[in-house]
Amino acid sequence: MNGPEAFKDQVKQLYRALTGLLIAFVMVIGLVMAYVNDPSIFDSKDDSWVAVPEEDPDLIVDGIHQRTGLIEAEGLMAVVSNCTSCHSAKLITQNRMNAERWNTTIAWMQETQNLWDLGDQQEVIVNYLVTNYPPKAKGRRMALTDIQWYELEEE
Amino acid sequence: MKRRAFIQKTALSAFAAALGTEIVFGANLLKGYTPLGLQDPDPFELFKKNKDMVVLNDRPWNIEARAHLLDEKITSNANMFIRNNGLIPQEIDVANWTLTIDGESVKNSKTYSLEELKTKFKQYTYQLTLECGGNGRSEFDPPAKGNQWTVGAVHCAQWTGVRLRDVLEDAGIASDAVYIGYHAADVHLSGDPTKEPISRGCPMSKALQEETLLAFKLNGQDIPVAHGYPLRLVAGGWPASVSGKWIERISIRNIVHDGAKMTGTAYRVPCKPVAPGAKVADADMCIIESMPVKSLITYPKSGAVLKKGRKLNIRGHAWAGELEVAKMEYSIDFGSTWKSCELSKPANRLAWQHFTASIDFPEVGYYEVWARATDSQGKAQPMVLPGWNPKGYLNNACHRIAIKVQ
Repeated sequence: MNGPEAFKDQVKQLYRALTGLLIAFVMVIGLVMAYVNDPSIFDSKDDSWVAVPEEDPDLIVDGIHQRTGLIEAEGLMAVVSNCTSCHSAKLITQNRMNAERWNTTIAWMQETQNLWDLGDQQEVIVNYLVTNYPPKAKGRRMALTDIQWYELEEE
Repeated sequence: MKRRAFIQKTALSAFAAALGTEIVFGANLLKGYTPLGLQDPDPFELFKKNKDMVVLNDRPWNIEARAHLLDEKITSNANMFIRNNGLIPQEIDVANWTLTIDGESVKNSKTYSLEELKTKFKQYTYQLTLECGGNGRSEFDPPAKGNQWTVGAVHCAQWTGVRLRDVLEDAGIASDAVYIGYHAADVHLSGDPTKEPISRGCPMSKALQEETLLAFKLNGQDIPVAHGYPLRLVAGGWPASVSGKWIERISIRNIVHDGAKMTGTAYRVPCKPVAPGAKVADADMCIIESMPVKSLITYPKSGAVLKKGRKLNIRGHAWAGELEVAKMEYSIDFGSTWKSCELSKPANRLAWQHFTASIDFPEVGYYEVWARATDSQGKAQPMVLPGWNPKGYLNNACHRIAIKVQ
């Protein structure tokens, strides 16, 4: 093949490749859109799963993940998926621990509560917890707070 | 849930990764797991609780009272805290419910139907104080792990049942018996049927006390499901976790019972005092037995505003584990001076006692009323936090309410 022929061929090849990429891209976008629109679209029929009508399970309003009450921040979804299967998120948000104690707590849950290996998610989870729910100093006795004043009626 | 199902499809996991969503170690997730917040019933409706109760945890259920809700002399179900370690049994078949007495130190292992228990043994009724070992945990610094109870994980209700002693003796207690351990129908949070959420117990001496009951009635009614229907072990004055709910089996052990939440750090405190935040080896942790002396001002509710010159009548309850409360005092000057309260005798051993006082405030301003009980061995409640411990048990610091005089 001489010059112009080879060039034409290359253009054709490039055109095909680009078209292929574009089609693939459109398909991926389509799948993503379909998934976002209806997360159940890829489910096979599986009777062990009960269909529960839900809006957006991961709706965030004012920086709070609505389903769990957890603060939106880096690592949120790792915490939601690994830490709220067995117990309520309320057990997490009530507690204030440093990284060492959270790691000890995770080890305890793995030993006694059937928590799975968290892999590289453990660091993400612990970082989320110590950043968003840090320990507060309380001393030996805190001042009374959140007092709701009311007029005491005669008995 | 569907989303989770989707994520579990391994073939598509790469797709999920591309989306940047959560990747769980999905194979470990339980089948049929229902996410929280989707099918939650209203706990106040479900458990017939006062709307002012505070939900600390919804899986498992942990709900506490507030001081003013505990004003009744005998706590009604509506105001009783719920502390569950696992999931409430779903199906309770009362007609076929049985209690088995077994263990290394039982002479003859025996099984009783509920009807047999009710007819074969004499029934007794006692008012018994049950306080969660972790009541007051929220005040510890550094913070202690677990449900952050404030003051409301205590109640004193009237329980009716048979004496555990009578049932154990009917089966026969071998001479080497050390402890009893209960086994119940509740379900482990993970759903794992081979795991018990909690299986605690007490030494034989406590098990054989007159007031230690296998109860089937609470305040004259069937025990509500959340409190252990149809059969609950009730051991007043000890951490309420000894009073196992939904009891199916009691083992007479020849060793200290080693069931779930008997070992490690659960319901244990350092045998010797430690500095706040200290690390304590499991071997240096000792099982909590009798709860310490404590009291609660249940009237008025904190935050009362009154006119100068008006007397304030306060009332509340005081209890001291295995002991009786000998003295009850209040202070309106942060513990600088103390004045006596009227204190009643307990209705029976292990029942809380009631106190009243009439307070004059010298001047307008902000006050706190502090309450301090002293037990029959001279031990009083501390004004600041008692000894720090890793799990935040046994906070019996004085209860305080805020008052404004205008």
